[in-house]
Formats: sequence, structure tokens, C-alpha cells
Amino acid sequence: MNYTVRKFDAVIVGAGGAGLRAAIQLSEAGYKTAVLTKVFPTRSHTVAAQGGVAASLGNSEDDHWHWHMYDTVKGSDWLGDQDAIEFMCRKANEVVVELEHYGMPFDRLDNGKIYQRPFGGHMSNFGEKPVRRSCAAADRTGHAMLHAMYQRNVKVNTQFFVEWQALDLVRDAEGDVLGVTAMDMETGEVVVFHAKATIFATGGAGRIFYSSTNAFINTGDGLGMAARAGIPLEDMEFWQFHPTGVAGAGVLITEGVRGEGGILRNSAGERFMERYAPNAKDLASRDVVSRAMTTEINEGRGCGPNKDFVLLDITHLPPETIMKRLPGIHEIGIQFAGVDCLKEPLPVVPTAHYQMGGIPTNYAGQVVVPKDGAPAVPVPGFYAAGECACASVHGANRLGTNSLLDLLVFGKSAGETAVGDLKGNAKAHKPLPQEAIDKTLARLGRLDSQKDGASVHDTRLEMQRAMQKHAGVFRFKNLLAEGVSRIHEIAGKVAATEIKDKSKVFNTARIEALELDNLIEVAKATMVSANARTESRGAHVRDDAPDTPETPDGRDDKNWLKHSLWYREGNRLDYKPVHMQPLSVDPIELKKRAY
Amino acid sequence: MEEDRKARINRLKWHCRRALLELDLVFDRFWERYESDLDAQGEAALEQLLELEDHELWALVSGREATDDPRLQEMIERLREVSPAADF
Repeated sequence: MNYTVRKFDAVIVGAGGAGLRAAIQLSEAGYKTAVLTKVFPTRSHTVAAQGGVAASLGNSEDDHWHWHMYDTVKGSDWLGDQDAIEFMCRKANEVVVELEHYGMPFDRLDNGKIYQRPFGGHMSNFGEKPVRRSCAAADRTGHAMLHAMYQRNVKVNTQFFVEWQALDLVRDAEGDVLGVTAMDMETGEVVVFHAKATIFATGGAGRIFYSSTNAFINTGDGLGMAARAGIPLEDMEFWQFHPTGVAGAGVLITEGVRGEGGILRNSAGERFMERYAPNAKDLASRDVVSRAMTTEINEGRGCGPNKDFVLLDITHLPPETIMKRLPGIHEIGIQFAGVDCLKEPLPVVPTAHYQMGGIPTNYAGQVVVPKDGAPAVPVPGFYAAGECACASVHGANRLGTNSLLDLLVFGKSAGETAVGDLKGNAKAHKPLPQEAIDKTLARLGRLDSQKDGASVHDTRLEMQRAMQKHAGVFRFKNLLAEGVSRIHEIAGKVAATEIKDKSKVFNTARIEALELDNLIEVAKATMVSANARTESRGAHVRDDAPDTPETPDGRDDKNWLKHSLWYREGNRLDYKPVHMQPLSVDPIELKKRAY
Repeated sequence: MEEDRKARINRLKWHCRRALLELDLVFDRFWERYESDLDAQGEAALEQLLELEDHELWALVSGREATDDPRLQEMIERLREVSPAADF
């Protein structure tokens, strides 16, 4: 198979929020920058983010980055790195104001300042009371953000390669990253993007689960590429689940439905949340509700022929309230559950929503790996930002509106660091290692010549069902252990998938097979890391982690206050310490997370 | 000709990969049902719809907004009728 080589100063993979923000930095500095993206930039999954972006602007009431930092550390269940969290919270105002200058149409107060609204977990004065910290553009924040940043990139001459599938990271014998291999979907042509700086901004891998709120494009491409190139994946056991996704479809039903009086019921019609959270009931926090729902299903009180969902009932509410206060819910019920929610309850299940772990980075956006006894040594030429990266600011649980902040701050930071490194490296590009390119060609060749292999669709479904069953919202020792063997068995099938269509032009079957190669790496990392972590922390909750005075709610700081690192080669785990020391303030001391 | 059609359909299919899960699910079912009998007029209408931003497209598919173009309306009705609820 033939390939061509194109040289750039920097190549960025992914054109969602993080990729676009990084690209601005490089192009503005005058570096020749290529952005590869498998869909048009303004169709990246950042579009789906509605809530807003957190920044302690204090436009409506007193606020401070230190309070925001406290909330984020506590939200992370102390697994977040406190230096990275301080960095993010301190940079928030700057990146939001920059975005405003790029033309982002934020909602305004009467005095012209950016309007801010409260959001779960964001408090003033170190956890005292809710604070207005989220900056939004109606319910289109992510969408407006992408538009503003895309326009800015066009202005500064970023070169976009739209509808290109990145294939593999190119790493030489010294471990330096020298670019990526990629395929032009339009022609099937393979190109090596030879670069001095490579930034991954490829988003999350929510599609490893059967029930996911994520769009189909979220296949963890950057994570798969990194894992195949010997980079470990960090904290992959931590996935945020939203309690109310439509069963079977995954489409999100906003928390506002329970806020307006919606009730969760089991197969006996019982309002089961009364047993789990007698005060807050259906409005208890996301993880509490998700766990209660899972317990009901696991104990046989689920609904439907397979007893695998519970019901969200709003039939007791006046129809005019539903239509007025919850627009869209009626339509979602009809479209995705075949249910008129004015007359019948909606089938719902806890649904995978956000990946807290990812490619290990520091707050400068550099990808870091253990080397010669040091836990976090930068990989020359390699950077990552956004949901694909683990800085780690979300730790074991992310707060709402911190994801858009993450991609702005660390997108910019990765871009800035790359600019600094490029300035210090006026030398020619290092020579490309043929071996790395051959690996890509062999992978494509295998796919084209495979006979009697497994179907991509069926194998993906098998993986998604296994992840949902064995590493879902509430985790059980035996199921996790079985899950590890099961996922390796499925990985064997992924390695031998077969596609019938061998055409070159927009061959979606080939793309889906390549995406599955990436998904399976994330699935293995998740299952293996979750099986090994024998405590409960944030979004990772196990039935066998005892609630004792030393391990409140199952959190075991003595043994597990550390980041997991999963390596593809040898399916091996390693660990590294959590950064408890912030940049300029005192550490936020460990305590039980309670709201 | 058949090769050309296949390439066009594949391109349209890829353009149905959207930022919102709601739309991905609708298009998934659409192709299952209509791939074999999508005519040139249908292809053109679909192509035009796929140029829209995701939120605009979802507003049309979910019936919150309407179009006065009868060609587009016909395609939107097809998308609505194949919504995933059909399986429940």
C-alpha cells in the first residue's frame, strides 16, 4: 500500500473545543498547523454541551477561584491533581474573556456583563452555599463556543483536513512523537502527517457502553492510538453515569424532570428512592440515584420483558406544566421510547456520560509517562487536551460545567507549550521511523484481507453489552473479574474483524472497524483498572468496599489515593501518586465527601 | 453508475454522523429502512438537510420547527416515521 508524507510544524487530531482552542494558539504564533477531524468541526460532540462553562467572574455575587478549586477537588473525591485544578480554576476568567473576544454570544446581565447561573456542586466560601458560576449561551453553549473558535481559526489560517480518520501515532525508537498516520475518507489515501508537535484532542470514548448519552463519533480514537504506541491510559475506571437516559437509546432526560416532580418507580410501582434517600428522594445526587436504580434492577425489580430498566413517572403532573416547563421531553419520549409521557411513564436507565480518565498529561498539556523511576516524564512532541486527556482535574467525578472549562484551559495550555517547544526547536523534523508507518499499513492490510472474521457491528455490540453488565454504574467483585476475561475474549474477535465492502470512497464499514480497534483498548483499560481498584471513590462504586471509619463510603485513602495507569502491552497496571500540593495555596485536606 | 451511487450513499451516510445522539439514532434507522430505495430527489433533499446545524436539524426532526419546502418536509416525515421508538 502506498502512502505520502506531508510536513507541518504541528498536527492536531480532533476539532472539538480542545482542538480548536489549541490550534488558535499555534496558528496565531505563525506555525504551520494541520487539524485533522473525522467530521466537520462544528459537528463535534462539544455541540451537545448545554450547561455552560465555569469561571469565578463574580458578576452576580462574590466568587473566587480558590472556592472553585475547593469544589473541584471535593467533587473529584480527592483524586484530582491539586496543581492542575488550581491552574484550571485560576485560568478560567482569562479563557472565558478571550472567548468573548472571539465573538462568543454569552447571555448578559442588564449591566452588560456575562450572566452566570448556579450549577450542581459549585459553591461559595469553601462549600457554604450555591454560587452563580456558569457562563452560558442559552442552551447552546458548546455549539456557540465551537462556532466562535472555528471562525477564529479560519482567520488565523489554520489548515483543516475535514473527514480524515487518524490511524496511528508515529513514535520513534527514542519514544519521541513525530506525527500521525491518517486516511482521507474521500479517497482512502493514507498520509503521514510529519510534525514536530502532535496534539490529541479526540474526545471521549462513551460508546464503549451499551447505554451512552454520547454521539456515535465518540470512539476514543486518540486513546486507542496512544495505547497502541505504548502510552498508558490513566484512571480509566472512572466514568460518570447520568441517572436518566432513555432505556435502549441513551438519550438524556434532564434532571429538570425530577426537579418538576418526576418520580422513579420500580416494577411494583414503588417510589423506591424513599428507601435510599428519605429526604432528597428522587432529587438525591446523580451517583446516589444511579446506584439505587441499579440495585433495583439487579434485585429483580426492574421493568419490561428483561426487567432491565425503571420508570420515570410524570403522569401525575398537569400536562400544561410538562409542555411549558419541560419542552422537548414529550418529543423525546415519543421519538425514542414510543411513550407519551403525559399518559405513561418513561423507561430509563443510568447511562454513561463522561470519561474522567484518559491520556496522562500535566497542566502544561504535555503527555507524561513514568520513566526511569520518575512518575511523570513528558513524551517529547506529544500533547493532549479535553476529554481524551487526564490532567487530572476531574479525578473520580467531574462537576458540571468543568468540562467546557477543561477543554478551553488545557487546549490553550497544550497549544502554548507546543509553541514554546517549537521556538526552542528550530532543527529539521526528526526522520520518520518506517516501522511505525508499517504498523498502520499492516493494520489496514489485515482488515482488507481478513476472511471468516467477526462482524464489526456484532462485535461492537458484544463489547458494549459486556461493559454495561460488568463495569456499569455499580460494580460487583465477581462481575468485574468475569468481565476481565470476557473483554479479552471480545478483544480477540476485534483483532479479526472482517469487512465485506473494500471500496475506497467513504467506506464507512472500514472506518467503523478502525474505530472499534480504538474502542476495545478503552474497554480493556476500563475493565482491568476497575477490577483492580478495590475501593469505592467518586464514580467508581463497588459492592465489596466496606464503609468503615477508616474507609468512609468505601474510600480507602491509605491504599488507593493514587492514579491507575493501564498499559496495553502485557495488559499491565501501574500507579502514580496524586498531586496533593497546589501551585500557590495550601493543600485541600482529605475529608469525607458529603453535600 | 452503481459504483457512483454507492460512493454517494456512503458519503451521505458519513454526513449522518452528527454531534447529537438523537440524530445519530434517527439516521441509523433511516438507512436500515431506506438505503435501497433512496432516489435522486431523496438524496438531494437529505443532502440539503445534512447541511444544517445539528440543533436546527433536530428541531425539524422532532417537530418543534417546520419547513415550508415540501421536498424537505417529505424527507423529514420519513425521518420521523423511522424514529427508534418503533422497536419498543
